[in-house]
Order: sequence, then C-alpha cells, then structure tokens
Amino acid sequence: MTLKRAFWAVGILGLIPFGWALYVRFFVHPDASNLGSVVPWGLHVAQYIYFVGLSAGSFLLSSLVYVFGMKRFEPIGRLAVFTAIVTLLLALLTIGLDIGHIERFWHVFVFVNPTSPMAWMIWLYSIYLMVLVVEFWFLMRHDLIVAGQGQGWRSVVARVVSLGRRDIGVDAIRRDGRVVRVAATIGVPLAIMFHGGVGALFGVLASRPFWHSGMFPIIFLVSALVSGGALLVVASAIFQEGWKAHRTMIVDLGKIVLGFLVLDILFQFSEILIGLYGSEPGFVQSFQLVVSGPYWYVFWILQIGIGFFVPLVMLATPLRRDPRAVIFASAAIVVGFIGVRLNIVLPGLSPEEIRGLTESVTDARISSTYFPSFWEWMLSFGIASVGLVIFGLGEIFLPLSRHLPQPTNQA
Amino acid sequence: MDLIQLSSRRTFIKYAAVGAVAASVAVQDAIGAATAPERKHHWGMVIDTKRCVGCEACVIACKIENQTPPGVFYTIVTKEPLPGAPNDRPVFMTKPCFHCEEPPCVPVCPVNATYKRKSDGIVVVDYDRCIGCRYCIAACPYGARYADFGDDYELSPAAGETVSPEYKQYRPRVPGASPIGNARKCTFCLHLQDENGEYDRDAGRWPACAKTCPGHAIHFGDLDDPESEVSKILQERNAVRLKEELGTEPSVYYLL
Repeated sequence: MTLKRAFWAVGILGLIPFGWALYVRFFVHPDASNLGSVVPWGLHVAQYIYFVGLSAGSFLLSSLVYVFGMKRFEPIGRLAVFTAIVTLLLALLTIGLDIGHIERFWHVFVFVNPTSPMAWMIWLYSIYLMVLVVEFWFLMRHDLIVAGQGQGWRSVVARVVSLGRRDIGVDAIRRDGRVVRVAATIGVPLAIMFHGGVGALFGVLASRPFWHSGMFPIIFLVSALVSGGALLVVASAIFQEGWKAHRTMIVDLGKIVLGFLVLDILFQFSEILIGLYGSEPGFVQSFQLVVSGPYWYVFWILQIGIGFFVPLVMLATPLRRDPRAVIFASAAIVVGFIGVRLNIVLPGLSPEEIRGLTESVTDARISSTYFPSFWEWMLSFGIASVGLVIFGLGEIFLPLSRHLPQPTNQA
Repeated sequence: MDLIQLSSRRTFIKYAAVGAVAASVAVQDAIGAATAPERKHHWGMVIDTKRCVGCEACVIACKIENQTPPGVFYTIVTKEPLPGAPNDRPVFMTKPCFHCEEPPCVPVCPVNATYKRKSDGIVVVDYDRCIGCRYCIAACPYGARYADFGDDYELSPAAGETVSPEYKQYRPRVPGASPIGNARKCTFCLHLQDENGEYDRDAGRWPACAKTCPGHAIHFGDLDDPESEVSKILQERNAVRLKEELGTEPSVYYLL
C-alpha cells in the first residue's frame, strides 16, 4: 500500500501551493504569467490539451467494454469513465484559470459562431460531459443503492446520489445496461469529434505553419488513446485491489497501448518529415526549436526518451508479459506525453510572424522566448494535485472495479 | 391534413424544431442584412518604406493616443538590414493592423467578439464580449493582435485615472475590468471619426500614426474612393502586401 500512501501525500501536499497560487491569481496580480502576445498560449494550454487527451483516450477505451462488449476489460470500465470525467474537469479548471474572462464563458452558448473550431470544441465537450455523467450514474446506480442500505454517513451520501431510486431487480439492472450502452455509443463519436476538434483548433491556423496540417486532428486522437490507455493502466495498478488482481488485463492493455504508441510515432514522424521537406521557414524554425532550442530536453529526454523509447522497449520486448513492466512503461508514457503536448503548443507559437517583430520593441511580453513563471508552475502542480485527490476520494467512495456484494441480512 | 394525422407527435416535434432553427437563422440573417449599414468606406493605408526614417514616432503617438499598457503595441517599426549591405540604412517598416478583407482572426473567435465592421472595413474587438482566450492572437499571421495582461507603466497615474478613448468608450483602466484580459488591436483610431464615420485630416481627426509621421511615410485614406491620396498612389506606384499567399487581402500596402 505504499504506492497509495505516496499518492495521497503528493495529492494533499500539492493543494497547498494550489491555494496559494489561486490567491495570487485572483487577489494579488492576475498578470503573473510569463505569457505574451507572441506566445499567447503556454504551460496551461499544453496542460489543458494533455488533460482533454487523457479524457478522450480513457473514454474511448471504456467503449471497448460498453460498446464493443469486450468482457476482459470489464474491471477498468467504470474506472475509465470516472477517469474521463475527472480529467475533463481538470482540463476545464486549467483553461478556466488561463483565459482572461472566465466569468463570460456562457457567451460561447449565446453569441454563437459556427465558424470557430474553439466554439465547436466547447459545445461538443459540454454535451460529452453530460453524456459521461449520465453513463457513469447508470453504471454506479446498482452499487449506490447497495451502499445506501447500510448505516452511517457514507450510506446517506450514497442514498442522496442515487436520487432515491431503490430498484435493483434483474429488469432494472438490464435497463441500466441498455442506458449505459446507448450513452457510451453516443459518446464515441462525440469524443472523436471534440478531441479531433481540439486538434483542428490548432490545425486550421494557416498563420502557424507548425500546426497547419490535416494530420493534426488525427495525431491528437491517437496521442489521446496512447496517453489515456497508459493512465488507465497506472490507475488500475494503484487503485482498488492493485495490479496483482488484474495481471492479464494489464498485460492486454499494454498491447493496446503499444499499438497506438507505434501509430502515434508513425504519424508524428510523417508530419515532421513532410514539414521539413517542404522547408517552409516557419515550420523549420519551429522544429529547430524543438530539437535544438533552449528546451531541447523536453523533446529528447521527456518526449523521445521517457515518452517513446522507454515504453517502446518495455512493451515490445518479452518484458511486456510482466505486468510490472507494463505499469512502468505506462507511467513513462503518462509523464512523457506532457512533453508531447508542450512541444505542440510552444514551438508552434514561438517563431515571429513578421521578421523583426520581437526586436522592434523591448518588452517581456513581445518575446519569442517563454518559460512558465513560478505562479504558472504552482497552478499546474496544484491542478494535478486536485486530480490526485479527486481520484483518491473516488477510490474511497466508489467501488470502481467490482460490484458491491448484496447484503445478505437485508432489513 | 393527412400528413399531420399520419405523422406521430414525435416527428412533428422534430420537424418543428428543425423549422424553428432554420427560421431563426433566416430571421437573424434578414435582420443582419436590413440593419447593417452599407459599405461607405474602405479605410486603408499605403506605407512608403523609402520615406520611413525609423524614428518610431508613430509607435509613441499610438501609445499616447490609445493609452495602451506595456506589452500592447498597435503599431511597431521593424528593421530589416539590406542583404549584403548591413551597414546601410535598413528597411524600416511600420506595421499596424492590416484590417484584412478576409481577416483570419475573425472566424476563429468562439464568441463573435471580433468582427469586421460592415460600414468601413475596420476590424474591431467587442471588449465586453471577448472571453480572453487569445485564439485570435494565434490566428493572426501578422502579429497585429496583443493580449492585455493587466500590466501598467510604473510611473503612470493611479489605477482608474488612465482613460483610453478607444471605440469612444472612454474606459478607465481598472484592475480586472476590460480591456484587461482581452485581445486588443489597432482600430485606425476610429474614435476620431465623427458620427457619420468620417475622418477629417485638417481637424486632426486622423489616425495618430499617420498624423504624426515626420517623413510623411504613412498615407491613410479610403481605398474605395478613386480620388483619395491612397488610391492615387496605388495607381502610380508598385505596392506590395504582406503574405499575399494566405489570401487575407490586407488593406495596408507597402511601397518599397
């Protein structure tokens, strides 16, 4: 249980900088980021696409169970849906703290602009979130009712959340299953559209050659499946009965993750090769920043080393039969893909759009270089900690990998 | 009659909903077409790089006119050394917003907060609608848009005492209130237009950069009016626009 204890320690400790950074963000100086007008999106946007990727990826993998009926992944089904909800909420929290006027978010639903990929993304993930919540509630309904039959405050919580429904007969359970199936089936195209939309949000910008490619939405989806699958492996190893209870399932998930990882590397390689061969200056400049810029290590160590090489070696060699190796490889992917996301957002923005723009005025906000400020780091780590705490609470309150046994001595 | 009886209530509701959406879109378009003022002008600039001495008076005039905070520059002057002759006078280029005919910043806005004015082609930002996502800044291929992060000059007046005349809104600068947290950009000083949307050079109601330029490098006027100074220059001289390949159709031309 040391993994779990470490998990809680990191989560709880991380809330302290989060509270501090929130206080600074709202009451001391809201301008404490190192963003500017050349690099208007930074650490938090990278973190946002990282989290929405995890959400779309883990949801799409849950559809293996609830749409395609693959029973062997049943134990991670509910965990996957829960992960998708939590990571989406974390993404919204991240972007909410990043944009200038979050109190106006409702404008997106009132001042409709159908030509904006960002607007589509927001509309789609709003529906997606609702579908997820409905699906998850019906997945949990049976256990909430069982849990609600006991004594104590936990049962009271379960009774409230179950919305007063009591029916756990065979018919009711079957009906729940049908609702889940319908919701999950609706969710699949939604997840593909909204996360493809996140990729399209970047891909449509002709002003940024590094992003302007038809591959972008596809790469986003495949990266989402890689990182989402890896996160599910890690989560199912830490929570509930731990990795020992799900050896074969973890090994099987490892194969899926490997497949998507290879596909992801192939697509990214194609993207880079075509871009470099076309040698559009903006693209080449961005790519040079990635491989030999001041933050070369994000690419070579985080993205290539930890995100691609380590998992590839562990998942493609006979080590893949050891669930511990699969867990380690997956943890490497979860960490390494932070680098993938950073290397999408920042190098794409950094090259000057007009040569000499950054030298024409001396101003920290008109600069090609960007490194997140102390407060940006604090908020980022804090949001990650919030995620850990929600996961922890979820594992305490929600039986995610198994159904609760029926109490034998029913009153 | 038969049709209504045959179709179930559910299909009726479905068709009604589709019809309502279509009707509302049509009504919206009709209202838009009826209320939009006709195009009266196409304001634009012709910038003569041979006349520019790189003094950056336009940058300062713009900052004073629009009371922009640090990090927000509606115009800048880039310096491009001549190839093979780095010690010669470089090519100076003052670069306001180009108020493109096909502005890439406009369609991406998730809330329609930035739009091209139908009456005179000026691309503006509705500060009260903008959510501050900065997508338009990423979408602009000319670096003409700036995010206001709420910085202030150290020696500027106390908060609330700086008033920007932009859009004739005269907003005091208050922490947390728009335009802080918004995207900002050059407006061709449209607050200097009269009620009819006309500038008057002799009365000083003219974009601050063009008004102040000591080398007379910045020519401003109506590109639709064949008698205007800008139209005449464009007829006589060879002008270029930046990044034509993107199809943005800028309203600002350069003479080399």
